[in-house]
Amino acid sequence: MSPFSHKSNTARDELGLMLSRQIRLTHSGGPNSGPRKDAMNTPAKPQDHKAAYTGADAVVACLKHQGVEVIFGMTGGSIMPVYDALFRDGSIQHMIVGHEQGAAHMAEGYARATGKVGVVMTTSGPGATNLVTGLADAFMDSTPMVAITGQVTSNLLGNDAFQEADMRGITMPITKHNYQISSVDELPGVFAEAFFVALSGRPGPVLIDLPKDVMTAPCDHLLAAPSAPTGYKPPYRGHPLQIERALKVLAQAKQPVILAGGGVIIAGAHEELRELARITGIPVSTSLMGLGAFPAGDELYLGMPGMHGTGYANLALHQADLILCVGNRLDDRVTGQLDTFAPNAQFIHIDVDASEIGKNLPCLVPIVGDAKPVLAAMVKGVAAWDEKPDYSLWRDQIETWKSCYPMTYADKSPAIAPQAVVELLGRTLPQEAIVVTGVGQHQMYTTQFYPFKEPRTLISSGGLGTMGFGLPAAVGAKVGAPDKEVVLIDGDGSFLMTIQELATAVRYKVGIVVLILNNNFLGMVRQWQEMFLDKRQAETDLQPPPYARVAQAFGGLGREVSTTEELVEAIAWARAEAAEKHLPVVLDVAVAREALVLPMVPPGGANADFIPCPGQKREE
Amino acid sequence: MDNLSPISVLVRNERGVLSRVSGLFARRGFNIYSLAVGETDDPKVSRISVVVAGDPPVIDQVVKQLRRLVSVIKVSDLTGRPRVERGLLMIKVNAPHDKRGELLQLVQIFRARVDHVDNQGLILEVTGNREKLEAFIDLLRPHGIQEMARTGQIAMARSQGPMADYWSESASGYDMEEEGTYNISRAAERLAQEIDKQD
Repeated sequence: MSPFSHKSNTARDELGLMLSRQIRLTHSGGPNSGPRKDAMNTPAKPQDHKAAYTGADAVVACLKHQGVEVIFGMTGGSIMPVYDALFRDGSIQHMIVGHEQGAAHMAEGYARATGKVGVVMTTSGPGATNLVTGLADAFMDSTPMVAITGQVTSNLLGNDAFQEADMRGITMPITKHNYQISSVDELPGVFAEAFFVALSGRPGPVLIDLPKDVMTAPCDHLLAAPSAPTGYKPPYRGHPLQIERALKVLAQAKQPVILAGGGVIIAGAHEELRELARITGIPVSTSLMGLGAFPAGDELYLGMPGMHGTGYANLALHQADLILCVGNRLDDRVTGQLDTFAPNAQFIHIDVDASEIGKNLPCLVPIVGDAKPVLAAMVKGVAAWDEKPDYSLWRDQIETWKSCYPMTYADKSPAIAPQAVVELLGRTLPQEAIVVTGVGQHQMYTTQFYPFKEPRTLISSGGLGTMGFGLPAAVGAKVGAPDKEVVLIDGDGSFLMTIQELATAVRYKVGIVVLILNNNFLGMVRQWQEMFLDKRQAETDLQPPPYARVAQAFGGLGREVSTTEELVEAIAWARAEAAEKHLPVVLDVAVAREALVLPMVPPGGANADFIPCPGQKREE
Repeated sequence: MDNLSPISVLVRNERGVLSRVSGLFARRGFNIYSLAVGETDDPKVSRISVVVAGDPPVIDQVVKQLRRLVSVIKVSDLTGRPRVERGLLMIKVNAPHDKRGELLQLVQIFRARVDHVDNQGLILEVTGNREKLEAFIDLLRPHGIQEMARTGQIAMARSQGPMADYWSESASGYDMEEEGTYNISRAAERLAQEIDKQD
């Protein structure tokens, strides 16, 4: 039985049913409907309150109303009443984590795998501040998340009380929105809005700070949403006249490129993207966050652009006369030196967040809207063209670049090339398997050499570049998608940062494969030291613990791998064990210590001046 | 300082909203020239009037970033629009007997008011747009300014006037005031017209 199936407890189910009926009734009755007397006699209600419910009950009712299946978190002094209410209710799965940062990344992994809102819950003070990295990560990568943090009682607020931290102030710049609830009456409205804000438009993390007295305050009605005035109206369709203009500009282009980002995956617009590319014949490049939106191996696919992108993607963008940028924010890792990026190109920019358009580069045709309806409208528009533009010369040019700068790597056997491990996984895993990464060289090898073909198959920390993201995100992804195989490709530096979540994976029987590309280095920094700092290896030589044995000590499985021959068998073993025993299986793979991520655009350089793969020469 | 733009922001009247807006400016390196906050006729809504220094692309970003905030209901960029703009200045200035007449003349010219007088000097109060207040300060400076306090500039668009139609709804059909739906900037508007001309 899956550890995440709902418990069947009739009394609790009944309460849940009543609560959900209450929700609907109060909604239709408007904000002034009184309490429902028939819902008050429930076996699980707390004894020490005269009113039907407490604020904590309202929190649980709101979460259920939003369809929350699982919460990642850790209890503590200021959040206990909500945990008590969760316990009494019993219908929402909760997973205790090793550290609150892990909870936040699990929620991200869950959200990225499912497209649903990830929910975390922590106590006040340190519990809440430990979420900060995860919130910032989710904010950068537009991941829908709701974080519920306990807070000291209202009369102590601002007094430097025990375990008090100003979470609203701290998280203001790294959340899409945040709230501090001051009365139990606000609860339902805030929760409804929080989930809507987190998921709609450009998704992001939302934090709700909940003083303890609000949780224990008597509460007569669980759902009464007083609507606050708001200008929050996420755009959707995209202006039809702008789409028309985009088509007009597109029809005149000679050397166009589509640059797709994570927005395409969030919007579920991969089919529309593929269709547009197919009927126009325009080549497509995807940023790290967009990997999987377009199938690797397709003849129109250019791979990832930017700092560690393919040479041909960078050259194509450099020579393009038109870039159709969709759900991509033209981050510095994509563009390199801005004034040298795509010098001849005009931009059509589709984004649901207007502020991303024109932020870094001037744009000819801005289209503010969700990628799915906008791309669908463009497909329709292109289908109506009398004659299709002929890009064959342009594609021939790109083919030439592809043959000049193919993705290769140095193989210094007997040492295992890390890229070879990724390639092997790519040949081995089914196409719908979810690959999670940490941050560093192993992450870049994964993006370069793993053939992502489906959306939501790569879960990686893109914008914030959070080392330690991998393990908890993989756990969250497996919880969200229990039927899919989840493989974490991690580095020896990254893995150590959140290694405590092995305990979580073991406790809740989360069967994931962890493949550590172990070079005993903080490899990406070492690479920069080698290339730009005369090989001075300041604080990058790691002596990581024996991860296979650490995994065993946590109650998982582990094995060390040091030869290519062992690798194939070890991967098969790990996959089988993870599937069968529902445990984390760690493969600690010793890889070539001084491998380099190439191609590489030197920091501050122009994308067209990339350092190519070994054995290739950059001409022009 | 001729690249100042008055921007009017309607926000939810809730705790921390000013911190959200000012934090945004600090974080993204936008320069605030002045800022004023007050409730509107609807107690649930406040208006933040902010004057920002920056070139058009910067102002474009300011407006878009403000619109991202969930607490923000509406953002109007009043740059170049026919508008009424006022700030209040209080200024304590040296006023020896032989100079008082001259100072009171200035008060008349600027339609200022004398709020207080004693042997130490005068407290004057004047309202007006930026240029008027700056001119008043410049004229008082030689007399010796002891203390000065001023409010942020507040502004309101004129709904009647030669350009009012253009600003409320532009020629090509974009409702410039309609936030959250299409959100097109003025620069984009001009480009759109150019694309339309091509054939």
